Amino acid sequence: MYRKTFLKGLIGLVALGMTSVTALAQDPIKIGEINHYKRMAAFAGPYKNGIELKLEEINAAGGVLGRPLEFIFRDDDGQPGEAVKIAEELMTRDGAVILTGSILSNVGLAISSLAAEKKYVYLAAEPLADGMVWENGNAYTFRLRTSTYMQASMLAEEAAKTDAKTYATIAPNYAYGKDAVAAFKKVLTALKPDVKFVAEQWPALFKIDAGAEVQALEAAKPDAIYNVTFGSDLAKFVREGNTRGLFEGRKVYGLLSGEPEYMEPLADEAPEGWVVTGYPWYAFEDGPNKAFVDAYTKRFGESPKLGSLVGYMTAASIAAVLEKAGSTETEAIRAAFADLEVETPVGTITYRALDHQSTMGAFVGTTALKDGGGVMVDWSYKDGANYLPSDEEVKKLRPAN
Amino acid sequence: MTIVLETRHLSRSFNAIRAVDDVSFSLHKGELLALIGPNGAGKSTCFNMLMGQLKPTSGAVFLNGENLAGQTPRAIWRKGVGRTFQITGTYQSMTVAENVQMALISHHRRIFSILPYAHGLYRDEALGFLDLVGMRDQADRPCAVLAYGDLKRLELAIALSHDPTLLLMDEPTAGMAPRERTALMQLTADIVRDRGISVLFTEHDMDVVFAHAHRIMVLNRGRLIADGSVEEIRNNTQVQEVYLGGGTLFKPEAGASRA
Amino acid sequence: MGFFIAQVLTGLANAGALFLVASGLSLIFGVTRVVNFAHGSFYMLGAYVGYSLMQVLPGMVGFWAAMILSGVVVGLIGVIVEFVVLRPVYKAPELFQLVATFGVILVIQDLALMIWGPVDLLGPRAPGLKGVVRILGEPVPQYDLALIVITPFVALGLWYLITRTRLGILVRAATQDREMVGALGVNQAWLFTGVFFLGTALAGLGGAMQLPKGGANLLMDFNILTTVFVVVVIGGMGSLPGAYLAAVIISVLNVFGVVYLPQSTLVLIFVVMVIVLMVRPYGLLGREEVAGEHGQVGEPERPFKPAGRSARLIVALGLGILALLPVYGSSFAQVLATDILIFCLFAASLHFLLGIGGLVSFGHAAYFGGGAYVAALLVKYADTPMELALILAPLGAGMAAVIIGWVCLRLTGVYFAMLTLAFAQLLWSLVFQWGAITGGDDGLVDIWPSAWASGTTAYFYLTLIICTGGILLLRHAAHAPFGYALRAARDSARQAEATGIDTRRVQWVAFVFAGAMAGVAGGLFVFAKGSVFPNELDIARSFDALIVVFLGGVKTLSGGVVGGAAFVTAKDFLSRFEYWRLAMGLLIIAVVIVAPNGIVGSLRKGGERIGLLKTPEGTS
Repeated sequence: MYRKTFLKGLIGLVALGMTSVTALAQDPIKIGEINHYKRMAAFAGPYKNGIELKLEEINAAGGVLGRPLEFIFRDDDGQPGEAVKIAEELMTRDGAVILTGSILSNVGLAISSLAAEKKYVYLAAEPLADGMVWENGNAYTFRLRTSTYMQASMLAEEAAKTDAKTYATIAPNYAYGKDAVAAFKKVLTALKPDVKFVAEQWPALFKIDAGAEVQALEAAKPDAIYNVTFGSDLAKFVREGNTRGLFEGRKVYGLLSGEPEYMEPLADEAPEGWVVTGYPWYAFEDGPNKAFVDAYTKRFGESPKLGSLVGYMTAASIAAVLEKAGSTETEAIRAAFADLEVETPVGTITYRALDHQSTMGAFVGTTALKDGGGVMVDWSYKDGANYLPSDEEVKKLRPAN
Repeated sequence: MTIVLETRHLSRSFNAIRAVDDVSFSLHKGELLALIGPNGAGKSTCFNMLMGQLKPTSGAVFLNGENLAGQTPRAIWRKGVGRTFQITGTYQSMTVAENVQMALISHHRRIFSILPYAHGLYRDEALGFLDLVGMRDQADRPCAVLAYGDLKRLELAIALSHDPTLLLMDEPTAGMAPRERTALMQLTADIVRDRGISVLFTEHDMDVVFAHAHRIMVLNRGRLIADGSVEEIRNNTQVQEVYLGGGTLFKPEAGASRA
Repeated sequence: MGFFIAQVLTGLANAGALFLVASGLSLIFGVTRVVNFAHGSFYMLGAYVGYSLMQVLPGMVGFWAAMILSGVVVGLIGVIVEFVVLRPVYKAPELFQLVATFGVILVIQDLALMIWGPVDLLGPRAPGLKGVVRILGEPVPQYDLALIVITPFVALGLWYLITRTRLGILVRAATQDREMVGALGVNQAWLFTGVFFLGTALAGLGGAMQLPKGGANLLMDFNILTTVFVVVVIGGMGSLPGAYLAAVIISVLNVFGVVYLPQSTLVLIFVVMVIVLMVRPYGLLGREEVAGEHGQVGEPERPFKPAGRSARLIVALGLGILALLPVYGSSFAQVLATDILIFCLFAASLHFLLGIGGLVSFGHAAYFGGGAYVAALLVKYADTPMELALILAPLGAGMAAVIIGWVCLRLTGVYFAMLTLAFAQLLWSLVFQWGAITGGDDGLVDIWPSAWASGTTAYFYLTLIICTGGILLLRHAAHAPFGYALRAARDSARQAEATGIDTRRVQWVAFVFAGAMAGVAGGLFVFAKGSVFPNELDIARSFDALIVVFLGGVKTLSGGVVGGAAFVTAKDFLSRFEYWRLAMGLLIIAVVIVAPNGIVGSLRKGGERIGLLKTPEGTS
């Protein structure tokens, strides 16, 4: 590896010598990116592509602060302990100025805790856990992606519009699932105090016993179902549910279920009529969303996933914060994140000074089948800023620091 | 003479089979007592009860007047009973001396001691016992490379290491060459004489039995059918019948194979 | 009533694939004594191969043909694995093969990713069996019914194969007495290969069979592994009817757990396993194993002595160089060294149990993670200072080991190993599902050292002192009378008992000691990382420790430490490459084949061969 970097550096130097572009002759600004490239290859791959696309754009335009921007990608195998070690290496040996990455919440939380202790800036790109910016929030951690709470409240808002009274929930039995159900319950009950939750199912993550779960839900005879399962659990759940007629005549609300990551593997068995959060990349007609989809498709020869968008926005956020800070000093970067505005394909997002959560929103729509695959129709983009608890509540959630 | 070991109405059943049936005998101080019998006669069962590995169905075992029935092998050993096994059970990963030292460490109740190096603990004592069985020159060899006869001698040294009053030897010469067998039993007989230890042993090799035993008991189908001196047993017709129904098995002179 | 019946039917259908996979594992273990960690990987391959074949072969005939073919294909892959990876190491120390199978897991993971890509594949539905049948008004999928019917036939076929054919008789004979089969003039190597084919083919068939109910994805291998181990152990290792019974019990239980205890399904399974093993230690239909039946393969361990003066000097010199690391090394070098030291202590504690005590624990992570959680919980809920938490961590881990050890030590060999695994998984599932206290999957964060130790260098020194102390203590214990008694209990429990040694108590104390030392490592780990998550006590972490001890060399004193250092360093280096799991897997397999005595053992032998070291008597 040392030799590999060395060789790379050497080739880079030769190339630079020939081009003599002054901006690029400078040392690159390095960003440490930690992810589960093997364990969660289906998610991490598109995310990395998104970053690379934005990076190319940034560097073609002269880089950041007159220097090229470079990401160092490292694999943590989904182990928090490993991620913490790599984070140290990136910051102290490789000279990274910002840490970013992680899909899994637990890895994100581990890096976040390290960031606070060692005073590194960490931009949590994808982890959804509400705790990232609330209970476990700290001065050095910022989060880009629309959180569990925000997405759940978008669906709760939709649910409140119907006359369904009894709800059953199914969510993987770990922190994310619990958060997602709690948030949905809280927001829906606030909007519509007479709803009742008649069943809660908690399959173990990626070990769902779909037939049994479907029967248990059916036995509760709810008016509507709130689904938080994803990945292979979702596929099994949908298949058993369709086979056994669970979804007939019922409203279903699916958190993340509309993301291409989860929708595409289902192909023609994708559920119809579910209200979901997701990413309808196929339906954009113009504007920055369309531009991003086109650029991405052209560059990688495949359609973007939600992860691609998050990756793209991660790189964009980092470039923006560095420009605003005007330096690569940690404290300057941290200060610059306060109410930082970033132009992204989904519009301008703001990193709230209050809790370090960005206002990135989500697309909410209804699922349908089209050309043998699931799509979202009647969708709209909901700005994340409108789906967060009041400032007072957030202050109470966040430890004083 | 003092009675060292005594059994009273010792019995053991496995389901409906009475493997050992009402066996009573006693062993005197300094005596070399043999327990013989054809395969399946109940020798091993009997031995296992004496050693504490099996619980008697009924009856009792007394060591110097104390009832041993139901006690663990460990407890019986602590009361001064040494033993050797039909198939040797030595510690393959240790040296010869360490095998004996291990027994000494246990004897001095220092098993859970964590401070000293075991390597040098009671080494001189161990060498003394090895000397006794003629193994001193092999003290630092790994136990795993020993010849079988040497393993048997080592086991004897281990059995002697806590100065037992009684030695139980299950087929002490099994698996050895004829010449070695007699040598080992001679060694045992000498030690018994010198140290006043009593020995109860089972044996298949009649030459060994007749050459060294002071007294012989014969077990058949779980019952004791004879108990007497070497001559008495040799001439006992019932015993002759048990052993393949004839006297051919017993040579008139046992000394022929004595080395 | 309809609901009840429908649930039972769902459970029975789920039992199908589970039984196939479990029976394969059971069969392989019964004959070859190889604990095949890679069994889940063959199941995963079955799903992928089946998926690909079903794309090619059309119609109903094609569907079922694809299923059977994928079993055959996976079986052939199993044969290749057996031939290349396992054959060279059958003669290695007992259970060494499991290291090789761990390497196979890593290789298959990356190969599957290369071939089939990262995206989950949704299995095709069975042609003609897409609908439901109404039973008492409840919809039951037709394919479920098909599975319920097919599985007993497969089981019967297996039963026929095992009890009525010559191959089966040989297999059964080999299960009971391996030497006997050799004496009968049967080529044992080919018998092993045949059994490996059958076992992995069953796993592959199981993977293909569940396709219509799910699909193929890259997490399948580890996801099924624990469940399969549970089934095999509850049923009794080597028993086919037992595997079927246990698969049904577990599946049906799970189905009702989903309804009545939806939050604790994971805990439920392991509680059942622990209860079954406490009542019937050899599983429901398992045969009691005679102690020493499959004794130590390979040459016995050599006698050892406390290190001589020159060796001590070298170690002291090495420690000195390590202690000067902050002078010449980077900050990250210290972080990495801290990681390595902690892992070495963890590995050394398992090595003490495994190498000196002959007690193969499959669940040693329970004490590492346990210690970590004790420290973290103390800090979280009682604001305990780091110093006190570091002392209480081993106490907590030791307490867990007192209870677990007491139960597990009633068994020996692989049954002991499996029971330790069951307890570790029980602890893991408790931590995972008891989110209110443990934070569940989100773990416990912000557990940092006291101010004086919070710097990288300060914490490195703290770790260096404690870990070196711990490792030396473990090493000294091996040389002390206690360590000798432990070896005596391992070498010949009968002789040890007959010379006054209470072998079970000695082993119990050793179990607690090793657990406590793992707890020390766990405590240090939390403060080094600032957080702890359930994966620190899951099966993969236990495997890591096992791999390291075997790689280092079980029958050498320094095996754990050397293996630990080599493993962490190799992983740190390789994880920078794209297909690092493939590289790591191949490296492990290569080490296993080239150095069947572990790194230290093989180095020593190599040294003796070229005359650098003195050859001890009686070894070659």
